Amino acid sequence: MAEFAQYLAAFLVLVGAGFSLIAAIGVLRLPDLYTRLHAASKAGVIGAGLVFLAVAVVSLDGAVVLRSLLGIVFLLLSTPVSAHLLARAAFRSGEEPTKATTVDDLK
Amino acid sequence: MSGAMALQWAGLAALGLLLIAMFVTVIRLVRGPNLGDRILALDMISLLAAAFIAGIAVVTGFSLYIDIAIALALVSFLSTVALARYLLARASRRSRTEEAP
Repeated sequence: MAEFAQYLAAFLVLVGAGFSLIAAIGVLRLPDLYTRLHAASKAGVIGAGLVFLAVAVVSLDGAVVLRSLLGIVFLLLSTPVSAHLLARAAFRSGEEPTKATTVDDLK
Repeated sequence: MSGAMALQWAGLAALGLLLIAMFVTVIRLVRGPNLGDRILALDMISLLAAAFIAGIAVVTGFSLYIDIAIALALVSFLSTVALARYLLARASRRSRTEEAP
């Protein structure tokens, strides 16, 4: 049982780190702030959440499982809020979307 | 390969991947054309740091590190909200001074 939990945690921590790396590459390479927010808020939160889940799986302790699940829930709640605030502030300050954007309903 | 050894190597590899991700994000932080990009990069770096601390909890087996990771995630959310509010306030102040004269 503990052996299986360790293999599962190894898989989860690798996948989480891979998602974080993909999110970072997206933040570097996507063309404007609004598309970069997609990479940072979605892939980034999945990456960090999977690493938190790996801690929950490997510990096999009720208190630690509860705390790391609480951490994941907090990340899932807070990251969309901060991404929305940042996008709203950038739009209000006149940040231009990339040329590939075809529809802008707020203009 | 036993489970503990697989976990060790996977944890170390994950820490390396997270370190590379942090460097990539620092490039965006330095290069980022506007203030919004830099706030986004700072938010991303602190999220990666929280994931890194959770990875240290996996590698060393000290599950106490998860508390530090949660606290860092909390503080990074607050700092991102504060910086976004600053950006918003600066934008509204600028539009008011353009309308006033």
